[in-house]
Formats: sequence, C-alpha cells, structure tokens
Amino acid sequence: MNAVVMNLTLRGLLGRRRSVLLVILPVLLLLLAALIRWASGGEVRSSVNLTNEFAMGTLLPLICLLIGTGVIGSEIDDGSIVYLLAKPVPRRTILLSKLVIAWGAALVFAVLPIVAAVEIAGDDGGRLGAAYGVAAALAAVAYTAIFVALSVATRNAVIVGLLYALLWETVLGGYVPGVRNVSVRQWALAAAERILGDRATVWGVTSEVSLTAALALLAVATIGAVVLAVRRLQTLRLTSAD
Amino acid sequence: MSTLVLDSVSRWYGNVVAANDVTMTIGPGVTGLLGPNGAGKSTLIAMMGGFLAPSAGTVTLDGAPVWRHPEIYRAIGLVPEAEAMYDMVTGWQFVVANARLHRLPDPEGAARAALETVEMMDAKDRDIATYSKGMKQRVKMATALVHDPSVLLLDEPFNGMDPRQRLHLMDLLRRLGEQGRTVLFSSHILEEVEEIAGTIEVIVAGRHAASGDFRRIRRLMTERPHQYTISSSDDRRLAAAIIADGSADTVDLRAGNLAVQAPDFGRFVHALPRLARDSGVRLFEVSPADESLESVFTYLVAR
Repeated sequence: MNAVVMNLTLRGLLGRRRSVLLVILPVLLLLLAALIRWASGGEVRSSVNLTNEFAMGTLLPLICLLIGTGVIGSEIDDGSIVYLLAKPVPRRTILLSKLVIAWGAALVFAVLPIVAAVEIAGDDGGRLGAAYGVAAALAAVAYTAIFVALSVATRNAVIVGLLYALLWETVLGGYVPGVRNVSVRQWALAAAERILGDRATVWGVTSEVSLTAALALLAVATIGAVVLAVRRLQTLRLTSAD
Repeated sequence: MSTLVLDSVSRWYGNVVAANDVTMTIGPGVTGLLGPNGAGKSTLIAMMGGFLAPSAGTVTLDGAPVWRHPEIYRAIGLVPEAEAMYDMVTGWQFVVANARLHRLPDPEGAARAALETVEMMDAKDRDIATYSKGMKQRVKMATALVHDPSVLLLDEPFNGMDPRQRLHLMDLLRRLGEQGRTVLFSSHILEEVEEIAGTIEVIVAGRHAASGDFRRIRRLMTERPHQYTISSSDDRRLAAAIIADGSADTVDLRAGNLAVQAPDFGRFVHALPRLARDSGVRLFEVSPADESLESVFTYLVAR
C-alpha cells in the first residue's frame, strides 16, 4: 500500500465533477426509502422490495462502476497515470492502493446508504439492515474489483460496465434463470438469506445459490479481477497515437 | 552517466509499422529526435521509457532492459506529451507527491529544488487546473527532475510554448546536458533541435534515417537537389539561360510555368536574379516547390 497513491487517488475520485453522482444516487435511495415508509407504514416486505431491486440491483453496481472507473479509468484515459507508473513502485502496490480507496468509497457511498435506506423504509429490529449490509459489502468488494479490472483492461470500461450492470444483472437475470447463478448480486444475497434464517423466505430475501458456492464464487471473481488488473497494469501500453 | 541502447527495435500495431529496425545509442549530452509528425517519435520514446514493449529488438538502459522493470525509473525522468496531470492538487503538492513516490529522503527539499530549476516557485500554491500551458509544461518538467535522474526523456517539450518559455527550456536542457545527463527530446522542427542538441537522430516513417551532429544533418538537408517553380515574363528564354549557366540540372516547361531542379541551393539562388537581369526577363514569382519538412525527410530516406 502506498499512501501517496491513495491520497492522489482519493482526491482524483472526489475532485472530478462526476463524483456528484456518488452523492446524488444515495440521496435518491434515501428519499425513495422515506417515500415507501410513508406509503406502507414501515412494512418489511416493501423495504425488501426496494432494497432487492433498486438498491442491490441497480444502485450498488452503478456506484461501484462510478468508483471503479473513477479510481483508475479516468487517469488511464487522460494519460496522467504515467506519473504513478514512471516511479520505482511495483505496479501491484499502485493497483492495490487504488483498490483500497475504491472499497472505502463503496462502503461510504453504497453500503452505508443501503443500510440506512433499509432502516428508513422498514426493518424488524435491525435484522434486515444487518443482512443487507453484509450482502451489500460483499457485492461491493466484488463489483469494485471487477470494474477496476475492466478499467485497466479496456478504454470502454464505462460502457461495458453499464451493459453488465444493467443488462446482465437486471434484465437478463430477470428472464433467464441460469444467468442468476452467475451474478454478483445473487451470490451476495446468499449471505443475507443465511443471516435472516427462517425469516428469509417470509420476507422474500432469497438467493439462487448456496452460501458456500456463493462465497467461493465471490472470492474467485474478486481475486481473479485483482490478478487480471495487476497484470494488465504491468504491461499497460501508454503512448499517444503518433 | 547513463546510456540508452536501442538494438534493432521494431514496433508494429497490427499491420502498421511504427518503428522499423531502429538501432541507436543515446549517451550523455543532449540528443534531438527529429522527424515529421507521425514518424514514430512518440513510439520510440514510449519504448525507451518502458511504456511500450518492442515487437522485436531490445531497449536497454546501462545494460538492463527497460520493459517491465520499474526500477529504471530511479534513473529516468519522463516528460510526457499529454498535458493531463492531477488537476485538483497544487503544483507544490504534485511535485512533492512525485518526490515521495520516489521515496526521496527529503521530498520537500527535492520538490523545492526542482520547482526552482523550472522557475515555478511563485505559482506553486495554485491548483494545477489554473495553470497555463507553459506553466503545466514546467511543472511536468519539475516532476521529471525531482529525483535528479541521469536520463531525461521529453516528448515534444516545446509544443505550445511561447518564445520566452522556449528559450528558457532550451537553456535548461543545455545545462542538464552539460551536467553529464542523457537528455533526449523529440521535435519536428529542425531549428529547435539544432539549437541545443549535440547529436541529432532523424526518424522518418519509422526508420532511422540519419544520425550525427547538426552540421552533418544540416548539410544533408541543404545539399539535396532543390526544386523551384518560377513564373516570369519569358519562361522559355529564362530556361535557356539557366541551362546555359549550368546552375540547374533539370528544367521543365511542360506545366505552363518553369520548374527547375538545382543541385546546389546556394549557387542557384545567387545565379537566378543575375541570369534574369542579363537576359532581360522579369521574374514574377519564385517559389520553392518542396520545402516542406516532409519532403526534406523523404529525401533523406530515399537517399
């Protein structure tokens, strides 16, 4: 871990104009949660609906995409990453430092707002909030690593990431049952299902995969993404179109 | 003292060859990498700086390969062509951050020295986003100098500079070269290069076209046949006089005006007004037909 890389990364992530979205999206979620509370009077099933579909299905991948591309993609695009790469610092250290910032940002801008939204919309003594907190944290770790790797691997990371987040996770996952087995969201929900125990079925927090498989798949996806990202950064081609 | 060696280096992107079997040794002093736009200068600098793998051949710094070897950056300072930096920090913070990334024992002191060298101490506390192009260029230079590198690679450093900044940078590069550093910069302007570079490497269409000190390169460029298009009150009579004088070896009247190819630039431009006066012909227009840098370089390659 390198403090200078982390510092520059954090300032780069928060200093850009699109970081406004990192605030707007969670605020939107909290407003929706308040609306649902007002409409349903704090019923847990409504809270689950909001969190399953909007928070876990759309908001979380979107924010992780913003963060994952924001910590490294923008610098690769405009070429400023050369100032980090032209240093006697292992590329692995550079990537991991950026990833740590990305995970921290995902915790602040996605995981905590999701927990807060659950509490606002309706919970049963904090159980649902805790379950979704763990699920969102697991999903955030995997999503962020995947989107960081995508940013290093392709200049079209935002487009590819959007297609993945919206088409694969949301639309295809809704129609094609098999796709749901290969979905970060489903893997993460397996943890929430286990934490809720008997209430999971009552409230409708269910996953397509078993907990063991889910955790293994999450680990494989995350570690695989990190390894790929480090490798691609080690051989990153940096040259203006001459 | 460091030496960069390119040994039969080629680089291609798909079917496009950006560098074609280039062999050169860049030692201490200032070297200019001269070539028209698109000749492959940036590709070569990217390979020298370890940011691009050669498709064939090797690039070594004092015997060690530069590709996938971040340790070389202790010895190399890089000034990229791209203008983007970390806009949301001040010049001072950015140069200090670069010093810290090099793990220098005294990052603040090193940053101060580098910013003083490029004369940016006055504006050091402003955000980089507020800097002019020339100021950004100087901060880039400071980040490259902060760890006192023995090799400095600059990609088109004079682009976008006003004349005063240009003189300042030329002076700085000359000084760095005199200190025994290996300084390599690319440019497409001969005058810029010959002003400060002890050695000039000419690159055209990915090939290493010529190498030597500026006198040799200048001579190669001025002693090539020069072509002129002339319009006058009597092209035919003027053509006869030029042929008789012997200062041009080809005279062509087909295109409606007079096209001349002269082997000796100096002799021809002195002879032409005299020949015109002596034969009573009025010159309306004399224009060099191929003075673009491109054609000069093309000549060097075809030679």
